[in-house]
Amino acid sequence: MKKTAIDDEILLSIEKPERYIGNEINAIFKDKSKVDIRFAMCFPDVYEIGMSHLGIQILYDMFNKREDVWCERVYSPWIDLDREMRTRHIPLFALESQDPIKDFDFLGITLQYEMCYTNILQVLDLSGIALKAVERTDDDPIVIGGGPCTYNPEPIADFFDMFYIGEGEISYDEIFDTYKKIKSEGGSRQDFLRAACQIPGIYVPQFYEATYNEDGTLKSFDATIPEAPLTVKKQIVMDMDDVSYPDKPLVPFIRVTQDRVVLEVMRGCIRGCRFCQAGQIYRPVRERSLDFLKKKAQAMLDSTGQDEITLSSLSSSDYSHLGELVLWLIENYRDKYINISLPSLRIDSFALDIMSRVQDVKKGSLTFASEAGSQRLRNVINKGITEEDIMRGSAEAFKGGWNKVKLYFMLGLPTETDEDVKAIAQLSDAVAMNYYDTVPKEDRKGIRVQVTASASFFIPKPFTPFEWAPMCTAEEFQRKAYVLSDEFTKQLNRKSLKFQYHENYLSELEGLFARGDRKLSELLINAYKKGCIYDSWSECFDIDKWHAAIEECGVDVAFYTQRERSLDELFPWDFIDIGVTKKFLKDQWLEAKAERVTPNCRQQCSGCGAACFGGGVCFERR
Amino acid sequence: MSEDNIKLRVKFSKHGLMKYIGHLDVMRYFQKLIRRCGLDIAYSAGYSPHQIMSFAQPLGVGLESDGEYMDIEVHSAESSEKVMEMMNSTQAEGMWVTDVVRLGDGIGNAMASVAQAEYNVRIRPGKEPAFDMKEAIDWFNSSEEVIIEKKTKKSTREVNLKELVYKLESCEDGSVQMRLCAGSGSNIKPGLLYNAIYEHYGVGECGPTDLLITRCDIFDENGKPLIEAGEHF
Repeated sequence: MKKTAIDDEILLSIEKPERYIGNEINAIFKDKSKVDIRFAMCFPDVYEIGMSHLGIQILYDMFNKREDVWCERVYSPWIDLDREMRTRHIPLFALESQDPIKDFDFLGITLQYEMCYTNILQVLDLSGIALKAVERTDDDPIVIGGGPCTYNPEPIADFFDMFYIGEGEISYDEIFDTYKKIKSEGGSRQDFLRAACQIPGIYVPQFYEATYNEDGTLKSFDATIPEAPLTVKKQIVMDMDDVSYPDKPLVPFIRVTQDRVVLEVMRGCIRGCRFCQAGQIYRPVRERSLDFLKKKAQAMLDSTGQDEITLSSLSSSDYSHLGELVLWLIENYRDKYINISLPSLRIDSFALDIMSRVQDVKKGSLTFASEAGSQRLRNVINKGITEEDIMRGSAEAFKGGWNKVKLYFMLGLPTETDEDVKAIAQLSDAVAMNYYDTVPKEDRKGIRVQVTASASFFIPKPFTPFEWAPMCTAEEFQRKAYVLSDEFTKQLNRKSLKFQYHENYLSELEGLFARGDRKLSELLINAYKKGCIYDSWSECFDIDKWHAAIEECGVDVAFYTQRERSLDELFPWDFIDIGVTKKFLKDQWLEAKAERVTPNCRQQCSGCGAACFGGGVCFERR
Repeated sequence: MSEDNIKLRVKFSKHGLMKYIGHLDVMRYFQKLIRRCGLDIAYSAGYSPHQIMSFAQPLGVGLESDGEYMDIEVHSAESSEKVMEMMNSTQAEGMWVTDVVRLGDGIGNAMASVAQAEYNVRIRPGKEPAFDMKEAIDWFNSSEEVIIEKKTKKSTREVNLKELVYKLESCEDGSVQMRLCAGSGSNIKPGLLYNAIYEHYGVGECGPTDLLITRCDIFDENGKPLIEAGEHF
C-alpha cells in the first residue's frame, strides 16, 4: 500500500480525507530516484477548487511527459487538517508521493485570485519554507508563481523566487534545462535565479528595486543586476493545435467544483469589455481547430469515464466552429449519455437552438451578463449588449420553455450614478414583464418567471482601461446595494425578482491587492500571523483581523483603492509587457469617460498592440 | 429495465487508500470505471437516465473489505472472466474486482439479499483495552443474553446481541472474527459489539477509530455468500 503523510487516525477524524490521499485515476507515479527534478504544483485553496483548475491539468500532464521531471500536486489543507498539522508539526506534503514539499526542487503556485494570498503563506509556512524568498537557502525549493495575478505580482513579490508571466506551455522546458545544468555544475540558488531571469517571461523580484515618491506613488523600478531585463514580456502559445493538452486528465474521487472533462476551445476574447482583465491579458484571440478538439474530446472522455464535457473559453459564442463542434458532440456522445455543457454563451437564437438540444430546458437557467443596468453605463464599460438584445434573447428563451433567468451586474463602475444603480432593478423587472408579455397565460402552467439579479462590486484591475479608475469604499458599496435593494421592492414584478450581492469588505481588500505594490507584503504577513487564511471563504473571512493588521502596518487603503491615478503615473506592474500597450489602455479610459464604445476585434482592429505576437485574430481576414 | 438485460453480480475488494473513499464516491467511481472500460451497461429509462447499478451494503469510511457487492445490468457480456478483466483494466490501486457471476431470473437484488456480514477486527495498536479479549469472547459466547441499548435517529431500544451475533471467535494472529446480523432490518456494526464488551468490563467506550475492521464477506439469510446466488459464465 502507498504510504500516507497523515496518520490513519487523523485522516479518519477530519472532513473528507479523500482530499489528502492522492491515488486518483490518471495520477502519475514515478520512481523518485530516477528523476532529476521534482515539481510540486500548488493551487492555494481547498482540493475541490484546485482540482477544478484547467491550467494545472495542462501543466501536470506536460511536465510529466518529461522523463526527468515528476510533477505532483498540493492544495491548501482545509482548516481542520491545518490545525492538526500545526499542533503535531506535520510538514505539508505532495499528494502522489506524500513526501514533504521541502524536499522538492520547485514549488509552483498558481495565482488565480487575490484573496488566496494568505493561503500562499499557509502553504509556505506548513512546508517549513521561509516566507521571504531572500531568507531561503539552497535546500529550499524554488518557489515560482504563475497565473493571472502575476500580472501585478508586486504585493506578493517578496514571497516568490520567480514569477512566470504568461502561458506555461512556452518556457518551462528552458527553465528545467537551465536548472539541471546549473545543478550539475554545482551552482547555487542565486546562480540559477540569475540564469532564470534571462529566460523569456521570467521575473525574479529580488533583482529589482522600487523607489517611491513622497506621496507614496512609484518613482522608479529598476533592475539591480545587469542580467535582469527592464521589461518582462508575457509568453503565449501561438499555434493552439501544436501544443501540449492532456489526453488523460485526473479524475477525483470526491465531487469537485468542475467535475467534468474540460475542452478549451480558444484563448482570449474579442470583446474588450473595459473592466475585464482576462480580456486584455489573453490577447490576441487564438482558436483551436475542430479536428484537434474532436481528438481531445474523445481521448479525455475515454480515459476519464466522465459523464459530462464542458467547452471552456472566455466567450464560447465567439468560437468560429461552435455549431459544428456541438453538433459533432451531440452526434457522437448523446447516445452514450454524456452531457454537454456550454457556459459563457451569448444568448441569441443560435445559442438557444443548441442549448435546447443539449440540456433540459425546464431545469436550466439562462444567463445574461449585462454588467450594468443602463445603456449609458454599458457604453462606458464597452459591454456590447443592449437592452434590446436582452429582451429579444429572453423572449425567445421564454417561448422555448425557459423560465429562469440570471442577470449579472457590477456595482460601483466608473461614472456610476444612483440612476444607473436603480436601472438594474428596472431592467430586471422589464425581463420579468417580458415573460408575461411573451408567454400566454394558458401556457404558463402556473409557473412564475424567476429573475435573479446578482451584483458583484467593481474592482479596477491592472492592464485594463480602468487601471486609472477610483474604486468605491466598502461603505459606498453597501450604500449602493441598499439603494438597489430598495429599488427592487418598488418593481411591479418584485415577487418574480431576486437580488443578491457580494461581500463588500472582501471586495475592498481584493481591490487593495489588485493594484498594490511591494509595500503590502508586510500586511499580508501580519494578517496571516493573526490567523487569516481562506479569506475567500465566508466561514473563514475575518474582517476584524484584517482591520487590525491594516492599522498595525499603517497601510492607507484609500491610497490604493479610491485614488484616481493621473495619466502619467508609473504603475508597479508597468515593467510587464502584455502586448497591449499602455497607450491603448489610456485611450480606452478616455473613451470610457466619453461614453464611447469600441468595436470588437472581428469588426475592426483598434490597434491595441497584441498584433506584435504575430498571429491569432489580429491576422484573420475581416 | 429490459427483460433482455443480463444481470451481473460483481464482487470487489477495497483496501489501502481506497478505504477513505465514502460510499457515494465509490458509486461514482464505478460509474466512471464502467464508462472507461467500455462495459455495455444498461441505462434506466426516464428523463435523467443512469446506469443500472445497485450496491449490497454501504461500507463505512475507514473500513477495508474483501467482500463488497454490486449488481449491474448489461446488454451483452462475453464471460465472467472477460468482465473482470475489463473492469480491472482501469482500477485505482486498492480496488479490485474478484468475481463476477450472472444472476438468473427471480434472484433478489444484492441489497435485499443482505442478512449477515462477516468481519475481521483488530484493535489499533496502543488502544488495547485493559482486559483479556479471549476471556471476553468466552464470556460473550457463554452468556444467555447480552442486552444493549441501540440508539437510532428516532429512538432507543433494547436488543439482545446474542440473537444478532452468529459467530465470535478469536484468531491466532490476535484478531477477532465475527459474523453479525446485517441488512436493513437489524444491522449490527462491530463497534457496537465491542462497546457492549467494553461496558461489561467497565472500561468506558471503544473509540470510533480504535478498531481496524475488514469486512470479509456478505451473506444471505441462509448464510450463503452473495456471490453464490449466480453462476459463472
